[in-house]
Amino acid sequence: MPAEYPLRFGDNALVLAQRLCAWVGHAPVMEEDVALANVALDLFGQARLWLSYAGELEARGRDEDALTFHRDAREFCNVLLVEHENGDFADTTARSYFYDLWASLALGELTRSGDERIAAIAQKALKEVRYHLRRSQDWLIRLGDGTPESHARMQRAADGLWRFTGELFIGDRLDDEMAANGTGFAPERLRDPWLERVHEAFSAATLTVPAGTWTQRGGKQGVHTEALGYMLAEMQVLPRAMPEARW
Amino acid sequence: MSDGIEGRPEPDDARQQCFESRLDRALKIEPPDWMPDAYRKTLTRQISQHAHSEIVGMLPEGNWITRAPSLHRKLILLAKVQDEAGHGLYLYSAAESLGTPRDELVAALHAGKAKYSSIFNYPTLTWADVGAIGWLVDGAAIINQIPITRCSYGPYARAMVRICKEESFHQRQGFDIMWTLAHGTPPQRAMAQDALDRWWWPSVMMFGPPDAASVHNEQSLRWKIKLFTNDELRQKFIDQTVPQAERLRLTIPDPQLRWNEETQHYEIGPVDWDEFYRVVGGDGPCNRERLSARVDAWNDGAWVRDAAAEHARKRAGSEAA
Repeated sequence: MPAEYPLRFGDNALVLAQRLCAWVGHAPVMEEDVALANVALDLFGQARLWLSYAGELEARGRDEDALTFHRDAREFCNVLLVEHENGDFADTTARSYFYDLWASLALGELTRSGDERIAAIAQKALKEVRYHLRRSQDWLIRLGDGTPESHARMQRAADGLWRFTGELFIGDRLDDEMAANGTGFAPERLRDPWLERVHEAFSAATLTVPAGTWTQRGGKQGVHTEALGYMLAEMQVLPRAMPEARW
Repeated sequence: MSDGIEGRPEPDDARQQCFESRLDRALKIEPPDWMPDAYRKTLTRQISQHAHSEIVGMLPEGNWITRAPSLHRKLILLAKVQDEAGHGLYLYSAAESLGTPRDELVAALHAGKAKYSSIFNYPTLTWADVGAIGWLVDGAAIINQIPITRCSYGPYARAMVRICKEESFHQRQGFDIMWTLAHGTPPQRAMAQDALDRWWWPSVMMFGPPDAASVHNEQSLRWKIKLFTNDELRQKFIDQTVPQAERLRLTIPDPQLRWNEETQHYEIGPVDWDEFYRVVGGDGPCNRERLSARVDAWNDGAWVRDAAAEHARKRAGSEAA
């Protein structure tokens, strides 16, 4: 199996975790410092499992750290949505909600993977992501149906990220191959259940589901937004500066 | 506290007597119990300072979460900083049991009226600083806090039992980082030594001014809020830490440091207490940054807290309808 398949799921978790962990110490309430750290810890944990598996499949001697700290932006294959900067708490909530909902569906598919390792990782991650989704959906509704200011911010955040959600449902050759051999799933299949849930949550949140249909894509192929390079520069600085060191 | 005429308790001082007798019998004072105002005030100050220290203390280490050099280290550091948030919440609850709400305590911090541990006003400049904080700062904190597990105020004592368990884990992770660096490449070793050079004296100062100059010592000892003096605890820290530095083959930045065979204690050179008072007074390298990071988080989060409160009101209203 191509290493790139688990690597995609690993990069999604890794990049989102790296974004979320930057909130710690700066959250709107102290309870959220704890919660955001929790979600980030879960996602880093998932990333380690996916990346380790990818490293084994690749068989080039790269472990989770080599893949995390010694790849350039063009080699990352996460979807664009997760690399988006934190913005305000509404931006962070919209990003997490869109991703968590997709991840809960995607991982659900992967628990039935013919590849035992993938099924096992998905099983573990799914439990965590279901909880993340409860939390991000809760905040989406609270902020949407909170004050006029929070409503406006939540709507603006959802509108702003909407064009990055389409990519979640566009398959490429690798997706097709993995769906055909029973290892993975066709991303297109997740679009309707995802949209249905979004409509329900947005209605509860008194928000309008964004209308735009243009999709920005390229993450899976390593063509990212400018934001990712800065994020990696920060994350990778020490191992890159001292490649011979062990930590 | 008034002992009345000729040392006899005043007739309406039965409650005071009961309080004193609980202290004498080493029984805990609990939130519903009567307690002298000054005891309540001192404890509120001490516990909230401790809570503020946990929350502000998240910042210098949090500074390195996004740059931790391996996923393993990143997870440990993130979990540690998360623990600190948890400690803060736990301690604010203990302080609230004395009658002051968390928001009021936090407002005092933001207004610059409440203090937090001065050590967090020093910058974390390299990854080794994360190790040094765990090893030295958490090491000093544990020595300060273990006696508090036996202090007279129940909620504070119980909070401290749990906090000390986690702190001891934090200290070990700090020592582990230092150990790895000290046994690493020459630049890593240099990084470890540099961190020790910068964090040693501020850590020694963490126990507060010398006993002779400490304003809170005597009364707090009497109330069993404090069980050892600043100097006693400081000595314990030095005796514990010097051999650890030797094991790391790092040099404590004190040319006068020596072992006294007679007292069986290490003796250190003079502490720069001017620096201590200057940093406590607001003029340390990061005082302004630390406080403004907390104030910004609070101000930037106001709309989120308002929204959550408003949503809860709406929900309560629709459930009642």
